[in-house]
Amino acid sequence: MSEIHGEESPDTTLRRFLDSGVIRLQICGDCGRQIFPPRVLCPRCGGVKLVWSLIAGDGTVYSTTVVRRRVDRGGDYNVCIVELDEGARMLSRVNDVEPTSVQIGDRVQAVIDSIDDRPVLAFVRKSEADS
Amino acid sequence: MTWSARGKSAIVGIGLAGIGAAPGYTHLDLTALAVHRALGDAGIDLREVDGLFTANMVNMMATTAVGEYLGIRPAVQVGTNTGGNAFVDHLQWAALALDAGLCNVAVVCYGSNQRTASGAVMPSDQPIYDVPFNPREPISSYALAAARHMYQYGTSREQLAEVAVSARRWAQLNPIAFAREPLTIDDVLRSRMICDPLTLLDCCLVTDGAGAVVLTRAERAKDSRHVPVHILGVASALTHRQISEMPDLTVTAAVESGARAFALAGLMPKDVDVVQLYDAFTINVVLFLEDLGFCEKGEGGSFVANGRIAPGGSLPVNTNGGGLSCVHPGMYGIFTIIEAVEQLRGTAGERQVLGAEIALCHGNGGLLSNESTALVGTPATV
Repeated sequence: MSEIHGEESPDTTLRRFLDSGVIRLQICGDCGRQIFPPRVLCPRCGGVKLVWSLIAGDGTVYSTTVVRRRVDRGGDYNVCIVELDEGARMLSRVNDVEPTSVQIGDRVQAVIDSIDDRPVLAFVRKSEADS
Repeated sequence: MTWSARGKSAIVGIGLAGIGAAPGYTHLDLTALAVHRALGDAGIDLREVDGLFTANMVNMMATTAVGEYLGIRPAVQVGTNTGGNAFVDHLQWAALALDAGLCNVAVVCYGSNQRTASGAVMPSDQPIYDVPFNPREPISSYALAAARHMYQYGTSREQLAEVAVSARRWAQLNPIAFAREPLTIDDVLRSRMICDPLTLLDCCLVTDGAGAVVLTRAERAKDSRHVPVHILGVASALTHRQISEMPDLTVTAAVESGARAFALAGLMPKDVDVVQLYDAFTINVVLFLEDLGFCEKGEGGSFVANGRIAPGGSLPVNTNGGGLSCVHPGMYGIFTIIEAVEQLRGTAGERQVLGAEIALCHGNGGLLSNESTALVGTPATV
């Protein structure tokens, strides 16, 4: 037993939200920074009053690469960094497009995806999300 | 007032071992052989080593493993592992320990058999939120930095390729370099794409190899059998662990490590005669030339064009052939120091930069995460 016994860890909380189809990320109650990956304190101000807030999920591709892979091993795939409009950045991918077509500056929308039975935040192009 | 290493200690011995491929040798065999050679070069007995500074990709407790293998019981041991920059960083702690009298003979060393043993190794602590997307670390992180630099500043793949071609031209002047066959910009552009925009030839070698340097206080170094190479300033800085947390993919912590190292040394980029940069990937050289102040931010691509950093160019960079063409056994930083010493001793043979008095060594660790800069100089510069 410890002083935090019974309290949910940041990672467990995020997974619980994603499993229930809701995207919430931590916002620092002191400085307002959006935080990802989930933490016990704010990496900008050290504050520990972190609030799980619903996010709009709009973002922009900050950088992107195509990891080249043999076709018989699954072929090429996209790996990118997305910057959410609210501030957080994350390593992710843009789904349902040719990996080489992903461009820096593309507007994207967060979606809950599943990779190896783990819920993750992936992205789709904004126009396709809207249509 | 900030403590400064300036002139207080010097590198008096250097050693290399197993550069390229060393089948059957362990990383500790190679490390110990490099240490043996560095001590022989310095004319100092192994029993005198009382400061051990080392890290590697195998041993979590590297000083313990290396100390046991060497049969030494050092009074000072620093095993900080910040990635490939660690050995440049270790220079700072070795200089401080020597100056404080905590030790008298300091050895900084590294060895790896990654080429002939198991292939490249990445640490097992990959961030759990990155792993599902299967980044091909470390290449994909450097590719993301390169893509952003190209987007923001118009840096071209040809300019990145020029870094690899320049390194190869230096390697052709270095008999121990691993890759010495002719290389053109077209060769780099047409080689297999690994992670856009980086091709196989934008990436460093995967070799075996070990290196060691021996330091003493300046007073003892006066009697050294070689020109002592003095520590003038060393500084380190970090910005992040995983690439998505890097504040700006076009600006590394070398801005900070470089500024502090230059300030401690009382030098400016224009004072540097020869530059050794940790070139795990071609983009590294572009970023570090900018961040260390050799050119403006965003101008690294045009700076390296037309052979400026190649043999005969105005700024000699990576004169051993670098990690791209000489040697890269996973953590390259120690080799930036060894090549700087060769150049300042004037023993670099065909690749000698004439009259070199001041060298800059820059180490990079992780995913552009940790940066260490050291300025070293001949006795005349102290």
